[in-house]
Amino acid sequence: MSNYNKAVILVGGPSRGTRFRPLSLDLPKPLFEVAGHPLIWHPLCAIAKVPSIKEVILIGYYDETVFASSIRQWATEFPGLKISYLREYTALGTAGGLYHFRDAILKGNPKRIFVLNADVCCSFPLREMLEVFEEKEAEAVLLGTRVQGDAAQKFGCIVADPTTSKVRHYVEKPEGHISNLINCGVYLFSSTVFSLIRTAMDAKAERLASDPTVDPTDGDSSSVLRLEQDILGPLSDSRRFFVYETRDFWRQIKTAGSAVPANALYLQKAFQNEPETLAKPSANIVPPVFIHPTAQVDPTAKLGPNVSIGPGAVIGAGVRIKESIVLEDAEIKHDACVLYSIIGWQSKVGAWSRVEGTPMAVTEHSTTVVKGGVKVQSVSILSRECKVNDEVRVWNCVCLPYKELKRDVSNEVIM
Amino acid sequence: MKALILVGGFGTRLRPLTLTLPKPLVEFGNRPMILHQVEALAAAGVTDIVLAVNYRPEVMINVLQKYEEEYNVKITFSVETEPLGTAGPLKLAGEILGKDDSPFFVLNSDVICEYPFQALAAFHKSHGQEGTIVVTKVDEPSKYGVVVHEPNHPSRIDRFVEKPVEFVGNRINAGLYILNPSVLNRIELRPTSIEQETFPAMVKDGQLHSFDLEGFWMDVGQPKDFLTGTCLYLSSLAKKNSKLLTPSTEPFVHGGNVLIDPSAKIGKNCRIGPNVTIGPNVVIGDGVRLQRCVVLAGCRVKDHAWVKSTIVGWNSTVGKWARLENVTVLGDDVTVADEVYVNGGCVLPHKTIKANIDIPAIIM
Repeated sequence: MSNYNKAVILVGGPSRGTRFRPLSLDLPKPLFEVAGHPLIWHPLCAIAKVPSIKEVILIGYYDETVFASSIRQWATEFPGLKISYLREYTALGTAGGLYHFRDAILKGNPKRIFVLNADVCCSFPLREMLEVFEEKEAEAVLLGTRVQGDAAQKFGCIVADPTTSKVRHYVEKPEGHISNLINCGVYLFSSTVFSLIRTAMDAKAERLASDPTVDPTDGDSSSVLRLEQDILGPLSDSRRFFVYETRDFWRQIKTAGSAVPANALYLQKAFQNEPETLAKPSANIVPPVFIHPTAQVDPTAKLGPNVSIGPGAVIGAGVRIKESIVLEDAEIKHDACVLYSIIGWQSKVGAWSRVEGTPMAVTEHSTTVVKGGVKVQSVSILSRECKVNDEVRVWNCVCLPYKELKRDVSNEVIM
Repeated sequence: MKALILVGGFGTRLRPLTLTLPKPLVEFGNRPMILHQVEALAAAGVTDIVLAVNYRPEVMINVLQKYEEEYNVKITFSVETEPLGTAGPLKLAGEILGKDDSPFFVLNSDVICEYPFQALAAFHKSHGQEGTIVVTKVDEPSKYGVVVHEPNHPSRIDRFVEKPVEFVGNRINAGLYILNPSVLNRIELRPTSIEQETFPAMVKDGQLHSFDLEGFWMDVGQPKDFLTGTCLYLSSLAKKNSKLLTPSTEPFVHGGNVLIDPSAKIGKNCRIGPNVTIGPNVVIGDGVRLQRCVVLAGCRVKDHAWVKSTIVGWNSTVGKWARLENVTVLGDDVTVADEVYVNGGCVLPHKTIKANIDIPAIIM
């Protein structure tokens, strides 16, 4: 068999990722830019660094046109990779979608298949996963990470043999404590994975058929299969599934607020590995900071750490920006202060205004805080073409597109 | 002529400022509060001033000695060993106030206005009775004690109505009086209230008149009113085209009513005003926005800070991109770190604030 590998990135669709609103109202979440690149670019970049991977298939249920121009751009940026998009017409679940496109995935007879969820932010240690795969003669390698306290219960929990790393038990979002080793949503499968999915489908069909409470005409057919609940859970004990535990950063990108820590983590990674792609540190640039070449930043503005400035953005004199994302063509006027926030496309932030979120550790998996008894996003978010007037303070607010803020606001969603 | 200024106690309502300086020495419009009063009294021909206090800080004695020479007045401390209310201190100082037949002024030390002492003395002499109290018109008389005149008489007081529910008038006691020495005979040396005991007795005898105050009036005994009073004072300076105010032709002055000590330094691209006072040796950085605030001597406000409705206490430092608002009061030598937000913080001296104060709080 060849030593040729493929990768699949599961990108979801417009009816998913609603928690990323308001930023996903007019842009598909995988194309939202953190650390100067679309979310999905970061796994692509990691894939491109593994020579044995020749082809990437994006699977989702967005319209075909959505990724077309990005894919053309990536073709020049990653010349060693063939990148294509396959659209599911009905949501088949993560495993169902893979199975549906099995012919396309298996074309060219790849030996192994990486499967990556697009809403994961991590260092994507794909090479290390390949090594484990070879060494253990595995059928699947899962990327795992340890989390603190009861955060594990929000994720898929893995119990693995401490010496062999073989997966012994897997439960998705358990009610009680099982393990603090969780599933990162990055997998490496042998090409035989499709027979496993087939087995799981048959088992599910049988279960549904024998269950009198199930209406066969409703949506939960046996072809709707999720990787986590329907494959990893039932099969982990009986198959050669292993876990590779990463000590690097990892977090999910579910809510819009999680874009701020994701931006920070990817910037920190870039600062370690490719500092030349970032703004040069100076008295007014506290690294890491990404400034798009077409952005105009006044030399008296102080930026960083963990700041991304998008294309065409204009940053005025004496501005302070920290732990924030400023998107394309946004304007921050003089002496304004932007902390722990996202400033949307074409938004305008007035002079001496202050747009502020609440500091959260990048390792904190929650993106909400309770303020005055109300649960609010920890970051402040201005969507497309919002305007904050001079001297106004915006604190822990999410502002939907095209709104003008004329007076101080806090702990609100501005419709 | 003679005058008594009711200073009273420790000025706890104006803490944290009064933890550092006695209230009469806290600068209002860049000058100690008491100096406004001493100057106005001296200008009206007063030569003897009694300060009624129930403690006697050394620092005050030194400062007032300077004023004695400067204004050619004699300033005496009358120290109460126990609080005597608002009338008892007059009796305690009876020797000075009653040394001749001329009437004497009485002032509450918290009151800021355009002191009308000369006109008040002339009016008092013209009606020939024992006392005259200055009254000011207010929008909401229901919060105060209201003065009601005798029918068909423009000035003789008929009665006082405390916190009236129904409208009976809009003139209230402004805390400034002129009284004949004979009034001292009406007061016993014990804790007693001039408003509740002495004046009603004088009214009964038809001996008390009122005098309408022109212009602004404010009791600046607490931070919120101190800021409001500052606005009123600066507006009155502007109305008089006072040379004290920084001219609006300065590029950083916004909306006028800005009073800056000549020794203060202002950075580039600032927007200052309306209603700002900046004390001696203050350094304001670049791109700073100040409005409706008092910056006391020796402070540093760093670049791009934004300060509104705040009293920045002596020698304090406000960090870059800090934002202070909603009646924040910094005591002496407080540091607010860069980028920090303070909403209604009352910060005691020598503290450093490194994290946001999101809801009004006292920082011990």
